[in-house]
Amino acid sequence: MIEITDLRKSFGNLEVLKGITTTISEGEKVVVVGPSGSGKSTFLRCLNCMEDPTSGSIIFDGVDITDMKVDINIHRRRMGMVFQQFNLFNNKTVLGNIMLAPLHVKLTDFRRKKLKNAFIRISNLFARDKKPLYEINANRQQIKEEVRENALRLLKRIGLEDKADAYPSTLSGGQKQRIAIIRALAMNPKVILFDEPTSALDPEMVGEVLDLIRQLAEEGMTMVIVTHEMGFAREVATRVLFMDDGQILEENAPAEFFSNPQNPRAKEFLSKVL
Amino acid sequence: MGNFDKKIAKFWEIFINHNGYAKVLTGLQNTLIIAVVGLAIGIVIGTVIAAIEVMPKYKRLPRILNGVCAFYVGLFRGTPIVVQLLVAYYVILPLLGINMPPVNVCIMVFGLNSGAYVSEIMRGGILSVDPGQMEAGRAVGLSYSVTMLKIVVPQAVKNILPTLGNELIALVKETSVVSFVGAADLYVAFSYIGTNNYEFMVPYLAMALIYIVMVMIIAMFVRIMERSLRKSDRNN
Repeated sequence: MIEITDLRKSFGNLEVLKGITTTISEGEKVVVVGPSGSGKSTFLRCLNCMEDPTSGSIIFDGVDITDMKVDINIHRRRMGMVFQQFNLFNNKTVLGNIMLAPLHVKLTDFRRKKLKNAFIRISNLFARDKKPLYEINANRQQIKEEVRENALRLLKRIGLEDKADAYPSTLSGGQKQRIAIIRALAMNPKVILFDEPTSALDPEMVGEVLDLIRQLAEEGMTMVIVTHEMGFAREVATRVLFMDDGQILEENAPAEFFSNPQNPRAKEFLSKVL
Repeated sequence: MGNFDKKIAKFWEIFINHNGYAKVLTGLQNTLIIAVVGLAIGIVIGTVIAAIEVMPKYKRLPRILNGVCAFYVGLFRGTPIVVQLLVAYYVILPLLGINMPPVNVCIMVFGLNSGAYVSEIMRGGILSVDPGQMEAGRAVGLSYSVTMLKIVVPQAVKNILPTLGNELIALVKETSVVSFVGAADLYVAFSYIGTNNYEFMVPYLAMALIYIVMVMIIAMFVRIMERSLRKSDRNN
Protein backbone atom coordinates (compact mmCIF):
# COMPACT_ATOMS: atom_id res chain seq x y z
CA MET A 1 0.00 0.00 0.00
CA ILE A 2 2.87 2.36 0.78
CA GLU A 3 6.00 1.80 -1.27
CA ILE A 4 8.97 3.79 -0.13
CA THR A 5 11.94 3.95 -2.47
CA ASP A 6 15.31 5.47 -1.60
CA LEU A 7 13.79 8.09 0.69
CA ARG A 8 16.26 10.80 1.66
CA LYS A 9 15.82 13.86 3.81
CA SER A 10 18.30 16.56 4.69
CA PHE A 11 17.93 19.52 6.99
CA GLY A 12 20.49 21.92 5.62
CA ASN A 13 23.74 20.00 5.53
CA LEU A 14 22.57 17.35 7.94
CA GLU A 15 21.36 14.23 6.20
CA VAL A 16 18.81 12.62 8.49
CA LEU A 17 17.47 9.90 6.23
CA LYS A 18 20.04 8.18 4.03
CA GLY A 19 18.04 6.19 1.56
CA ILE A 20 15.20 4.17 2.99
CA THR A 21 13.47 1.52 0.92
CA THR A 22 10.63 -0.55 2.27
CA THR A 23 7.04 -1.51 1.57
CA ILE A 24 4.15 -1.37 3.97
CA SER A 25 1.30 -3.55 2.88
CA GLU A 26 -2.32 -3.54 3.93
CA GLY A 27 -3.02 -4.82 7.44
CA GLU A 28 0.61 -4.69 8.54
CA LYS A 29 1.64 -3.22 11.87
CA VAL A 30 5.12 -1.90 11.35
CA VAL A 31 6.96 -0.80 14.47
CA VAL A 32 9.99 1.41 14.02
CA VAL A 33 12.53 1.32 16.83
CA GLY A 34 15.99 2.72 17.25
CA PRO A 35 18.07 5.09 19.37
CA SER A 36 17.24 8.80 19.64
CA GLY A 37 18.31 10.83 16.65
CA SER A 38 18.22 7.83 14.37
CA GLY A 39 15.64 9.45 12.09
CA LYS A 40 12.62 7.35 13.11
CA SER A 41 10.32 10.30 13.60
CA THR A 42 11.57 12.04 10.49
CA PHE A 43 10.89 8.85 8.53
CA LEU A 44 7.35 8.73 9.88
CA ARG A 45 6.75 12.40 9.18
CA CYS A 46 7.98 11.95 5.63
CA LEU A 47 5.37 9.26 5.03
CA ASN A 48 2.56 11.82 4.95
CA CYS A 49 4.83 14.62 3.75
CA MET A 50 4.72 16.59 6.99
CA GLU A 51 8.38 16.88 6.10
CA ASP A 52 8.93 17.08 2.37
CA PRO A 53 11.47 14.41 1.43
CA THR A 54 14.61 15.69 -0.26
CA SER A 55 14.54 12.85 -2.75
CA GLY A 56 13.06 9.43 -3.28
CA SER A 57 9.47 8.44 -3.76
CA ILE A 58 6.54 7.36 -1.63
CA ILE A 59 3.83 5.59 -3.57
CA PHE A 60 0.61 5.58 -1.57
CA ASP A 61 -2.30 3.78 -3.25
CA GLY A 62 -0.61 4.11 -6.61
CA VAL A 63 0.15 7.83 -6.36
CA ASP A 64 3.57 9.30 -5.74
CA ILE A 65 2.77 11.72 -2.93
CA THR A 66 6.21 13.31 -2.92
CA ASP A 67 5.28 14.90 -6.23
CA MET A 68 4.64 18.60 -5.51
CA LYS A 69 1.80 18.66 -8.04
CA VAL A 70 -0.23 16.11 -6.11
CA ASP A 71 -2.82 17.59 -3.74
CA ILE A 72 -1.33 16.21 -0.58
CA ASN A 73 -4.39 17.11 1.52
CA ILE A 74 -6.52 14.50 -0.24
CA HIS A 75 -3.99 11.78 0.55
CA ARG A 76 -3.41 12.91 4.11
CA ARG A 77 -7.11 12.31 4.74
CA ARG A 78 -6.45 8.62 4.16
CA MET A 79 -3.41 8.63 6.47
CA GLY A 80 -4.17 9.39 10.07
CA MET A 81 -1.43 10.73 12.29
CA VAL A 82 -1.06 10.68 16.06
CA PHE A 83 1.51 12.93 17.68
CA GLN A 84 3.65 12.66 20.75
CA GLN A 85 2.23 15.94 22.07
CA PHE A 86 -1.39 15.01 21.20
CA ASN A 87 -1.95 18.34 19.40
CA LEU A 88 -5.66 18.51 20.00
CA PHE A 89 -7.13 21.76 18.72
CA ASN A 90 -7.21 23.89 21.85
CA ASN A 91 -9.97 26.19 20.63
CA LYS A 92 -12.39 23.36 19.93
CA THR A 93 -14.32 21.09 22.22
CA VAL A 94 -13.60 17.37 22.15
CA LEU A 95 -16.51 16.82 19.77
CA GLY A 96 -15.37 19.79 17.68
CA ASN A 97 -11.90 18.26 17.43
CA ILE A 98 -13.27 15.02 16.07
CA MET A 99 -15.85 16.59 13.77
CA LEU A 100 -13.77 19.38 12.27
CA ALA A 101 -11.99 17.58 9.46
CA PRO A 102 -14.76 15.18 8.33
CA LEU A 103 -17.32 17.96 8.44
CA HIS A 104 -15.09 20.31 6.50
CA VAL A 105 -14.38 17.72 3.84
CA LYS A 106 -18.02 16.72 3.44
CA LEU A 107 -19.36 20.25 3.40
CA THR A 108 -16.75 21.37 0.88
CA ASP A 109 -17.69 18.43 -1.30
CA PHE A 110 -21.37 19.29 -0.88
CA ARG A 111 -20.82 22.92 -1.87
CA ARG A 112 -18.69 21.95 -4.85
CA LYS A 113 -21.32 19.54 -6.14
CA LYS A 114 -24.04 22.14 -5.74
CA LEU A 115 -22.01 24.71 -7.64
CA LYS A 116 -21.25 22.26 -10.41
CA ASN A 117 -24.92 21.32 -10.62
CA ALA A 118 -25.85 24.96 -11.02
CA PHE A 119 -23.43 25.25 -13.96
CA ILE A 120 -24.69 22.03 -15.50
CA ARG A 121 -28.28 23.24 -15.25
CA ILE A 122 -27.38 26.44 -17.07
CA SER A 123 -25.42 24.66 -19.77
CA ASN A 124 -28.21 22.10 -20.12
CA LEU A 125 -30.52 24.91 -21.15
CA PHE A 126 -28.50 25.36 -24.34
CA ALA A 127 -27.05 21.92 -24.96
CA ARG A 128 -28.78 19.24 -26.96
CA ASP A 129 -27.26 16.38 -24.92
CA LYS A 130 -28.34 17.00 -21.37
CA LYS A 131 -25.61 16.26 -18.86
CA PRO A 132 -26.64 14.40 -15.70
CA LEU A 133 -26.51 16.26 -12.41
CA TYR A 134 -24.32 15.17 -9.52
CA GLU A 135 -26.25 13.24 -6.95
CA ILE A 136 -26.75 15.03 -3.67
CA ASN A 137 -28.40 12.76 -1.17
CA ALA A 138 -28.15 14.78 2.02
CA ASN A 139 -28.61 18.40 2.93
CA ARG A 140 -26.29 20.43 5.10
CA GLN A 141 -28.13 19.56 8.28
CA GLN A 142 -28.12 15.84 7.57
CA ILE A 143 -24.41 15.87 6.80
CA LYS A 144 -23.74 17.61 10.09
CA GLU A 145 -25.90 15.15 11.99
CA GLU A 146 -24.21 12.19 10.35
CA VAL A 147 -20.70 13.43 11.17
CA ARG A 148 -21.79 14.20 14.71
CA GLU A 149 -23.26 10.76 15.21
CA ASN A 150 -20.10 9.14 13.94
CA ALA A 151 -18.01 11.28 16.29
CA LEU A 152 -20.21 10.38 19.25
CA ARG A 153 -20.03 6.71 18.34
CA LEU A 154 -16.23 6.91 18.37
CA LEU A 155 -16.25 8.79 21.66
CA LYS A 156 -18.51 6.16 23.19
CA ARG A 157 -16.10 3.52 22.04
CA ILE A 158 -13.36 4.98 24.24
CA GLY A 159 -15.85 5.71 27.02
CA LEU A 160 -15.46 9.48 26.94
CA GLU A 161 -18.89 10.50 25.65
CA ASP A 162 -19.43 12.62 28.77
CA LYS A 163 -16.42 14.72 27.74
CA ALA A 164 -17.91 15.66 24.37
CA ASP A 165 -18.32 19.32 25.28
CA ALA A 166 -15.18 19.68 27.37
CA TYR A 167 -12.14 21.57 26.13
CA PRO A 168 -8.84 19.71 25.72
CA SER A 169 -7.17 21.72 28.50
CA THR A 170 -9.43 19.99 31.03
CA LEU A 171 -8.42 16.45 30.05
CA SER A 172 -5.66 14.17 31.24
CA GLY A 173 -2.85 13.17 28.89
CA GLY A 174 -4.24 9.70 28.35
CA GLN A 175 -7.67 11.07 27.49
CA LYS A 176 -6.15 13.60 25.11
CA GLN A 177 -4.16 10.97 23.29
CA ARG A 178 -7.11 8.61 22.96
CA ILE A 179 -9.17 11.45 21.56
CA ALA A 180 -6.34 12.29 19.18
CA ILE A 181 -6.44 8.70 18.00
CA ILE A 182 -10.17 8.69 17.31
CA ARG A 183 -9.84 12.10 15.68
CA ALA A 184 -7.56 10.37 13.18
CA LEU A 185 -10.00 7.48 13.00
CA ALA A 186 -12.95 9.76 12.19
CA MET A 187 -11.54 10.25 8.68
CA ASN A 188 -11.65 6.49 8.00
CA PRO A 189 -7.95 6.35 7.21
CA LYS A 190 -6.30 3.41 5.48
CA VAL A 191 -3.25 3.71 7.66
CA ILE A 192 -2.45 5.46 10.93
CA LEU A 193 1.00 6.80 11.71
CA PHE A 194 1.87 6.92 15.41
CA ASP A 195 4.73 9.21 16.38
CA GLU A 196 5.77 8.06 19.87
CA PRO A 197 2.17 8.07 21.09
CA THR A 198 3.00 7.31 24.72
CA SER A 199 6.26 9.23 25.24
CA ALA A 200 4.62 12.33 26.71
CA LEU A 201 2.28 10.41 29.02
CA ASP A 202 2.45 9.76 32.72
CA PRO A 203 3.27 6.10 33.32
CA GLU A 204 -0.18 5.20 34.65
CA MET A 205 -1.81 6.49 31.44
CA VAL A 206 0.35 4.60 29.00
CA GLY A 207 -1.76 1.47 29.39
CA GLU A 208 -5.07 2.96 28.30
CA VAL A 209 -3.55 4.42 25.14
CA LEU A 210 -1.74 1.21 24.25
CA ASP A 211 -4.96 -0.74 24.82
CA LEU A 212 -6.75 1.41 22.27
CA ILE A 213 -3.94 1.00 19.74
CA ARG A 214 -3.96 -2.74 20.36
CA GLN A 215 -7.72 -2.84 19.71
CA LEU A 216 -7.28 -1.03 16.43
CA ALA A 217 -4.51 -3.41 15.49
CA GLU A 218 -6.76 -6.38 16.16
CA GLU A 219 -9.41 -4.85 13.93
CA GLY A 220 -6.90 -4.95 11.10
CA MET A 221 -5.95 -1.29 10.81
CA THR A 222 -2.66 -0.76 9.02
CA MET A 223 -0.24 1.07 11.29
CA VAL A 224 3.24 2.46 11.41
CA ILE A 225 4.33 3.03 15.00
CA VAL A 226 7.42 4.76 16.27
CA THR A 227 7.78 3.82 19.91
CA HIS A 228 10.10 3.12 22.79
CA GLU A 229 7.70 0.62 24.35
CA MET A 230 9.55 -2.56 23.45
CA GLY A 231 7.07 -4.90 25.13
CA PHE A 232 4.25 -3.34 23.17
CA ALA A 233 6.27 -3.50 19.96
CA ARG A 234 6.90 -7.19 20.40
CA GLU A 235 3.24 -7.85 21.06
CA VAL A 236 1.57 -5.77 18.35
CA ALA A 237 4.07 -5.64 15.50
CA THR A 238 3.94 -7.85 12.47
CA ARG A 239 7.30 -6.43 11.46
CA VAL A 240 9.99 -4.45 13.25
CA LEU A 241 12.24 -1.94 11.54
CA PHE A 242 15.42 -1.10 13.40
CA MET A 243 16.77 2.27 12.36
CA ASP A 244 20.02 3.94 13.17
CA ASP A 245 21.89 6.80 11.56
CA GLY A 246 19.16 7.39 8.97
CA GLN A 247 19.10 3.85 7.63
CA ILE A 248 17.12 0.69 8.19
CA LEU A 249 19.68 -1.71 9.63
CA GLU A 250 17.41 -4.60 10.37
CA GLU A 251 13.95 -5.60 9.27
CA ASN A 252 12.47 -8.67 10.89
CA ALA A 253 9.52 -10.36 12.55
CA PRO A 254 9.25 -9.21 16.18
CA ALA A 255 9.93 -12.59 17.74
CA GLU A 256 13.09 -12.97 15.65
CA PHE A 257 14.21 -9.41 16.18
CA PHE A 258 13.85 -9.32 19.94
CA SER A 259 15.24 -12.76 20.67
CA ASN A 260 17.91 -12.97 18.05
CA PRO A 261 18.90 -9.65 16.49
CA GLN A 262 21.31 -9.94 13.58
CA ASN A 263 22.74 -6.46 13.32
CA PRO A 264 25.42 -5.63 15.93
CA ARG A 265 24.00 -2.17 16.56
CA ALA A 266 20.54 -3.64 17.04
CA LYS A 267 22.04 -6.05 19.55
CA GLU A 268 23.67 -3.22 21.42
CA PHE A 269 20.45 -1.17 21.37
CA LEU A 270 18.34 -4.03 22.65
CA SER A 271 20.78 -4.88 25.41
CA LYS A 272 20.38 -1.30 26.65
CA VAL A 273 16.61 -1.04 26.52
CA LEU A 274 15.41 -4.52 27.41
CA MET B 1 -9.57 80.57 38.18
CA GLY B 2 -11.83 82.81 40.17
CA ASN B 3 -14.70 82.82 37.74
CA PHE B 4 -14.69 79.11 36.99
CA ASP B 5 -18.39 78.72 37.79
CA LYS B 6 -19.17 81.52 35.35
CA LYS B 7 -17.17 79.73 32.68
CA ILE B 8 -19.07 76.55 33.30
CA ALA B 9 -22.36 78.41 33.05
CA LYS B 10 -21.29 79.90 29.72
CA PHE B 11 -20.22 76.50 28.45
CA TRP B 12 -23.50 75.00 29.57
CA GLU B 13 -25.45 77.77 27.84
CA ILE B 14 -23.82 77.02 24.48
CA PHE B 15 -23.82 73.31 25.05
CA ILE B 16 -27.58 73.16 25.66
CA ASN B 17 -29.11 76.15 23.95
CA HIS B 18 -26.90 76.63 20.91
CA ASN B 19 -26.83 73.09 19.63
CA GLY B 20 -23.49 72.34 21.24
CA TYR B 21 -24.62 68.92 22.42
CA ALA B 22 -25.64 67.92 18.89
CA LYS B 23 -22.16 68.75 17.64
CA VAL B 24 -20.57 66.85 20.49
CA LEU B 25 -22.74 63.81 19.78
CA THR B 26 -21.87 63.90 16.07
CA GLY B 27 -18.22 64.24 17.01
CA LEU B 28 -18.46 61.34 19.41
CA GLN B 29 -20.22 59.23 16.82
CA ASN B 30 -17.62 60.01 14.15
CA THR B 31 -14.76 59.33 16.52
CA LEU B 32 -16.17 55.93 17.47
CA ILE B 33 -17.10 54.98 13.91
CA ILE B 34 -13.67 55.88 12.59
CA ALA B 35 -11.89 54.02 15.38
CA VAL B 36 -14.06 50.90 15.45
CA VAL B 37 -14.59 50.44 11.71
CA GLY B 38 -10.95 51.38 11.18
CA LEU B 39 -9.85 48.69 13.58
CA ALA B 40 -12.18 46.15 11.95
CA ILE B 41 -10.64 46.90 8.56
CA GLY B 42 -7.23 46.85 10.22
CA ILE B 43 -7.83 43.42 11.72
CA VAL B 44 -8.82 41.97 8.35
CA ILE B 45 -5.85 43.51 6.55
CA GLY B 46 -3.51 42.73 9.42
CA THR B 47 -4.58 39.08 9.57
CA VAL B 48 -4.05 38.63 5.85
CA ILE B 49 -0.61 40.26 6.02
CA ALA B 50 0.39 38.24 9.08
CA ALA B 51 -0.78 35.01 7.44
CA ILE B 52 1.34 35.82 4.39
CA GLU B 53 4.34 36.68 6.54
CA VAL B 54 4.29 33.38 8.40
CA MET B 55 3.69 31.31 5.24
CA PRO B 56 6.45 28.90 4.26
CA LYS B 57 8.56 30.71 1.67
CA TYR B 58 9.84 28.07 -0.73
CA LYS B 59 7.43 28.97 -3.51
CA ARG B 60 7.59 32.14 -5.53
CA LEU B 61 4.13 33.56 -4.89
CA PRO B 62 4.45 33.83 -1.10
CA ARG B 63 7.80 35.52 -1.54
CA ILE B 64 6.35 38.16 -3.87
CA LEU B 65 3.35 38.71 -1.59
CA ASN B 66 5.72 39.00 1.34
CA GLY B 67 7.60 41.77 -0.44
CA VAL B 68 4.37 43.63 -1.11
CA CYS B 69 3.35 43.31 2.53
CA ALA B 70 6.72 44.51 3.79
CA PHE B 71 6.41 47.57 1.55
CA TYR B 72 2.88 48.23 2.81
CA VAL B 73 3.84 47.96 6.46
CA GLY B 74 6.91 50.11 5.91
CA LEU B 75 4.87 52.77 4.17
CA PHE B 76 2.15 53.03 6.80
CA ARG B 77 4.41 52.78 9.81
CA GLY B 78 6.92 55.15 8.31
CA THR B 79 4.62 58.15 7.93
CA PRO B 80 2.49 59.95 10.52
CA ILE B 81 -1.21 59.38 10.22
CA VAL B 82 -1.83 63.09 9.64
CA VAL B 83 0.35 62.92 6.57
CA GLN B 84 -1.48 59.85 5.35
CA LEU B 85 -4.83 61.58 5.83
CA LEU B 86 -3.69 64.70 4.00
CA VAL B 87 -2.15 62.75 1.14
CA ALA B 88 -5.23 60.55 0.79
CA TYR B 89 -7.67 63.45 0.92
CA TYR B 90 -5.82 66.14 -0.99
CA VAL B 91 -3.64 64.11 -3.36
CA ILE B 92 -4.82 60.61 -4.11
CA LEU B 93 -8.59 61.04 -4.17
CA PRO B 94 -8.52 64.19 -6.37
CA LEU B 95 -6.08 62.45 -8.71
CA LEU B 96 -8.47 59.54 -9.00
CA GLY B 97 -11.35 61.97 -9.39
CA ILE B 98 -13.27 60.49 -6.48
CA ASN B 99 -15.39 62.66 -4.26
CA MET B 100 -15.88 61.18 -0.82
CA PRO B 101 -17.10 62.53 2.50
CA PRO B 102 -14.18 63.19 4.86
CA VAL B 103 -15.39 60.67 7.45
CA ASN B 104 -15.24 57.84 4.92
CA VAL B 105 -11.74 58.89 3.91
CA CYS B 106 -10.75 58.84 7.56
CA ILE B 107 -12.22 55.36 8.06
CA MET B 108 -10.22 54.09 5.09
CA VAL B 109 -6.97 55.69 6.12
CA PHE B 110 -7.32 54.58 9.74
CA GLY B 111 -8.16 51.08 8.54
CA LEU B 112 -5.11 50.93 6.27
CA ASN B 113 -2.92 52.43 8.95
CA SER B 114 -4.00 50.12 11.73
CA GLY B 115 -3.71 47.19 9.31
CA ALA B 116 0.03 47.77 9.31
CA TYR B 117 0.21 47.74 13.10
CA VAL B 118 -2.25 44.91 13.61
CA SER B 119 -0.26 42.77 11.17
CA GLU B 120 2.72 42.90 13.51
CA ILE B 121 0.56 42.16 16.54
CA MET B 122 -1.16 39.33 14.72
CA ARG B 123 2.12 37.87 13.49
CA GLY B 124 3.32 37.68 17.06
CA GLY B 125 0.03 36.08 18.02
CA ILE B 126 0.23 33.47 15.29
CA LEU B 127 3.83 32.64 16.16
CA SER B 128 2.82 32.22 19.80
CA VAL B 129 0.44 29.38 18.86
CA ASP B 130 2.02 25.96 19.23
CA PRO B 131 3.24 24.79 15.78
CA GLY B 132 1.74 21.40 16.65
CA GLN B 133 -1.71 22.92 16.07
CA MET B 134 -0.87 23.66 12.46
CA GLU B 135 0.68 20.21 12.06
CA ALA B 136 -2.37 18.50 13.48
CA GLY B 137 -4.62 20.42 11.11
CA ARG B 138 -2.49 19.56 8.11
CA ALA B 139 -2.23 15.93 9.23
CA VAL B 140 -6.01 15.45 9.07
CA GLY B 141 -5.94 16.78 5.52
CA LEU B 142 -7.01 20.39 5.98
CA SER B 143 -5.28 22.90 3.76
CA TYR B 144 -2.89 25.52 5.10
CA SER B 145 -5.43 28.31 4.78
CA VAL B 146 -8.30 26.38 6.36
CA THR B 147 -6.12 25.34 9.31
CA MET B 148 -4.93 28.91 9.66
CA LEU B 149 -8.46 30.27 9.65
CA LYS B 150 -10.16 27.68 11.84
CA ILE B 151 -7.44 26.69 14.27
CA VAL B 152 -4.47 29.02 14.45
CA VAL B 153 -6.00 32.47 14.04
CA PRO B 154 -8.75 31.98 16.66
CA GLN B 155 -6.11 30.97 19.19
CA ALA B 156 -3.84 33.80 18.11
CA VAL B 157 -6.65 36.33 18.53
CA LYS B 158 -7.22 35.13 22.06
CA ASN B 159 -3.55 35.63 22.85
CA ILE B 160 -3.39 39.13 21.42
CA LEU B 161 -6.72 40.48 22.62
CA PRO B 162 -5.21 42.79 25.25
CA THR B 163 -2.85 44.22 22.65
CA LEU B 164 -5.71 44.68 20.19
CA GLY B 165 -7.59 46.55 22.91
CA ASN B 166 -4.57 48.81 23.20
CA GLU B 167 -4.66 49.37 19.46
CA LEU B 168 -8.32 50.38 19.65
CA ILE B 169 -7.54 52.82 22.45
CA ALA B 170 -4.68 54.28 20.44
CA LEU B 171 -6.98 54.63 17.43
CA VAL B 172 -9.68 56.39 19.46
CA LYS B 173 -7.13 58.93 20.59
CA GLU B 174 -5.55 59.30 17.17
CA THR B 175 -8.90 60.24 15.67
CA SER B 176 -8.34 63.66 17.20
CA VAL B 177 -6.46 64.58 14.02
CA VAL B 178 -9.27 63.95 11.55
CA SER B 179 -10.29 67.61 11.60
CA PHE B 180 -7.22 68.15 9.37
CA VAL B 181 -9.37 66.96 6.47
CA GLY B 182 -12.59 68.48 7.74
CA ALA B 183 -14.22 65.54 9.45
CA ALA B 184 -16.31 66.59 12.44
CA ASP B 185 -14.91 64.94 15.55
CA LEU B 186 -14.86 65.89 19.21
CA TYR B 187 -12.19 68.53 18.67
CA VAL B 188 -14.36 70.28 16.07
CA ALA B 189 -17.38 70.15 18.37
CA PHE B 190 -15.63 71.56 21.42
CA SER B 191 -13.71 74.25 19.61
CA TYR B 192 -17.04 75.31 18.11
CA ILE B 193 -18.32 75.80 21.66
CA GLY B 194 -15.09 77.50 22.60
CA THR B 195 -15.08 80.01 19.75
CA ASN B 196 -18.70 80.87 20.40
CA ASN B 197 -18.08 82.28 23.85
CA TYR B 198 -14.34 83.06 23.61
CA GLU B 199 -13.65 80.61 26.41
CA PHE B 200 -11.68 77.41 25.83
CA MET B 201 -10.86 76.20 29.31
CA VAL B 202 -14.06 74.32 30.11
CA PRO B 203 -14.73 72.91 26.62
CA TYR B 204 -11.27 71.40 26.32
CA LEU B 205 -11.45 70.05 29.84
CA ALA B 206 -14.76 68.41 28.94
CA MET B 207 -13.15 66.98 25.80
CA ALA B 208 -10.36 65.43 27.83
CA LEU B 209 -12.92 63.94 30.19
CA ILE B 210 -14.89 62.37 27.34
CA TYR B 211 -11.73 60.77 25.94
CA ILE B 212 -10.80 59.35 29.33
CA VAL B 213 -14.26 57.90 29.90
CA MET B 214 -14.33 56.39 26.39
CA VAL B 215 -10.96 54.73 26.91
CA MET B 216 -12.02 53.38 30.29
CA ILE B 217 -15.18 51.87 28.80
CA ILE B 218 -13.20 50.22 26.00
CA ALA B 219 -10.71 48.80 28.48
CA MET B 220 -13.61 47.33 30.45
CA PHE B 221 -15.10 45.72 27.34
CA VAL B 222 -11.77 44.20 26.41
CA ARG B 223 -11.46 42.68 29.85
CA ILE B 224 -14.94 41.16 29.64
CA MET B 225 -14.23 39.72 26.20
CA GLU B 226 -10.94 38.28 27.37
CA ARG B 227 -12.67 36.51 30.21
CA SER B 228 -15.30 34.95 27.96
CA LEU B 229 -12.69 33.83 25.43
CA ARG B 230 -10.60 32.23 28.11
CA LYS B 231 -13.20 29.57 28.83
CA SER B 232 -11.27 27.01 26.77
CA ASP B 233 -8.24 27.43 29.05
CA ARG B 234 -9.79 26.60 32.36
CA ASN B 235 -11.73 23.86 33.99
CA ASN B 236 -15.08 25.44 33.34
